[in-house]
Amino acid sequence: MPPIRVRGMAEPVVKVRDLMKYFPLRRGLKEIITMKPRRFVRAVDGVSFDMYIGEVFCLVGESGCGKTTTGRLITRLLEPTGGHIYYKPTREVASQIPEKCFVEDGYVDLAQRLPKHADKLLRREIQIVFQDPFGSLDPRMKVYDILKEPLIVHKIGGSEEERREIIYRALSEVKLVPPEQFMNRYPHMLSGGQRQRVAFARAMILKPTVVVADEPVSMLDVSIRAEILQLMLDLQASRDLAYLFITHDLAVASYLCTRIAVMYLGRIVEMGPTDEVINNPQHPYTKALIAAVPEPDPRNRFKIREVPIKGEVPSAAAIPPGCRFHPRCPYAMDRCSKEEPPTLEVKPGHYVSCWLHTRK
Amino acid sequence: MPLLEVRNLKTYYYTLRGVVRAVDDVSFALERGEVLGIAGESGCGKSTLAWTLLGLVPPPGRIAGGRIVLDGIDITKLSENDLRKKVRWKKVSMIFQGAMNALTPVFTIEDQLAEPLIIHKGMRKDEAREKIVQMLKAVGLDETIMKRYPHELSGGQKQRVIIAMALLLNPDLVIADEPTTALDVIVQAQIMNLFKEIKKKYNIGMIFITHDLSLIAEIADKVAIMYAGKIVEIGSSDQVFGNPRHPYTQGLLRSIPRIRSKEKITWIPGVPPDLVRPPPGCRFFPRCKYVKEQCRKEEPKLKEVEPGHFVACHLYG
Repeated sequence: MPPIRVRGMAEPVVKVRDLMKYFPLRRGLKEIITMKPRRFVRAVDGVSFDMYIGEVFCLVGESGCGKTTTGRLITRLLEPTGGHIYYKPTREVASQIPEKCFVEDGYVDLAQRLPKHADKLLRREIQIVFQDPFGSLDPRMKVYDILKEPLIVHKIGGSEEERREIIYRALSEVKLVPPEQFMNRYPHMLSGGQRQRVAFARAMILKPTVVVADEPVSMLDVSIRAEILQLMLDLQASRDLAYLFITHDLAVASYLCTRIAVMYLGRIVEMGPTDEVINNPQHPYTKALIAAVPEPDPRNRFKIREVPIKGEVPSAAAIPPGCRFHPRCPYAMDRCSKEEPPTLEVKPGHYVSCWLHTRK
Repeated sequence: MPLLEVRNLKTYYYTLRGVVRAVDDVSFALERGEVLGIAGESGCGKSTLAWTLLGLVPPPGRIAGGRIVLDGIDITKLSENDLRKKVRWKKVSMIFQGAMNALTPVFTIEDQLAEPLIIHKGMRKDEAREKIVQMLKAVGLDETIMKRYPHELSGGQKQRVIIAMALLLNPDLVIADEPTTALDVIVQAQIMNLFKEIKKKYNIGMIFITHDLSLIAEIADKVAIMYAGKIVEIGSSDQVFGNPRHPYTQGLLRSIPRIRSKEKITWIPGVPPDLVRPPPGCRFFPRCKYVKEQCRKEEPKLKEVEPGHFVACHLYG
């Protein structure tokens, strides 16, 4: 894929190639006795994309499309079944990693088993913010201790004073000021927006280069969502950072992101710069998703919204053959149910997997 | 006479921490064939308001004052027995938040849909079946679904069953509390289309409760914005969306990202107040950028700023 230049960085910081994650299904007794083969939920089934420093790369899709699993694979909360996650560490970390870990010009494959200390260093550089700020912070830890834990784990800051200094800086960076006032509070004493700020402070305190934000605003009230989105952009402006933003909300994606990838049943069906994807969608699924987004215009109440596709997402345990979207597609042809469509570049940087776009 | 008239309704929760004024002096009216959208952040009292209209306030909550006149009957005065026999489901039905997950897993869809018909109308099972088939068709489901169990249906199908259930006894008023929150965007759009069809086909009143103003715009003729237990602005949806007057409404509308616009979205600083100890004066003043001395002391009353458009704010004296 040709690089999209963002802030002069030509090289992607993360290159995901054919990433796969299959979760085995439990077999019933009858299936075991008759020795039926194991079945799998193919949550992520061959996903490839690049991420650049300075951009917000977005994975959009309905529930069950594998977007969260992809995020968890990149942060290595899950082990991939197959594929590669090439990551280019910062110079500081790269110098401490043994030569043999590198696969090609400065990239490390995170999908392979790495020596323990190298693994730990690399984990520091890729952090995650979860969806639910009510569940992702330990209710029995004070804000100060929540932020101190990553410092202890990664042995950053020798003395207590030094750590306090780092924590204060992290809190003021996410605008929880004055920090003295917030550090002794428990999560239940904070509002949803403040909790999500603590979650961002916890992710940022290790100075990561890649941050996975998994639906960070979907649990928050509408009136404060913009606050967290702005915080994300402010944090990015002050450091070299790439975001992987995971959302089901196309309106939020189009507001925040530089590039969008639309996922359907474990695959990326369309990917490109935000304006291209939103204003010139090529895949029938993307078109339907965009048509379905409600808009705050009261004139809409008089018209029925045309949603060209029928039905709902099938189970990832029984993915349809050929193009996985064909049972719901209004343009399905013979070929779609037999062969999987290739990924084509319809415009520079705009990719689509659909038979409608192949030249005969 | 309007179908529903709510006057100075107060629903309080009498907790150990103190009295939570979840719905505090709320008034509005709803005509037949009209959809009222109620929007507000979590904890603003919109769900409590919905439960109150059905006489289903969970303890320690109680109606502390006001009237709810439905079709000429004040339902706050009815006994629990009368409410159950005469009002609930027959006159007012509700689509609860997450109701699709409340279908009983051990009964078929037919059994579950037959229950209200058998109990309220005294129908026999075979009589009920006819009505159920008709209702399932009306919500866009195939009748084969009757023999299935809830786990065999998708989220969208379950939600359609719930909507069918709410319409089964031909109520005058249907209350939908966040009916699409658990659904994906595409299914949400399909369900919203179904609501639009129902609105056209049946001459009923509908109250549509959500935190998502975009969804309200998709369906409602009238919009009420709730904040901290009170209605701060109410009017036709063209008025409220086209010419929002209350600073809170303006802030909410400016905080919604729109898919085709790069306009910067903003947020309302601060958090909603604790309803045990709401601030004196206007409840929104700690978050308001136009706050003046009067706002801290005096509570603003709803005032008509243009025909049918009411705002509770001291900016419009």
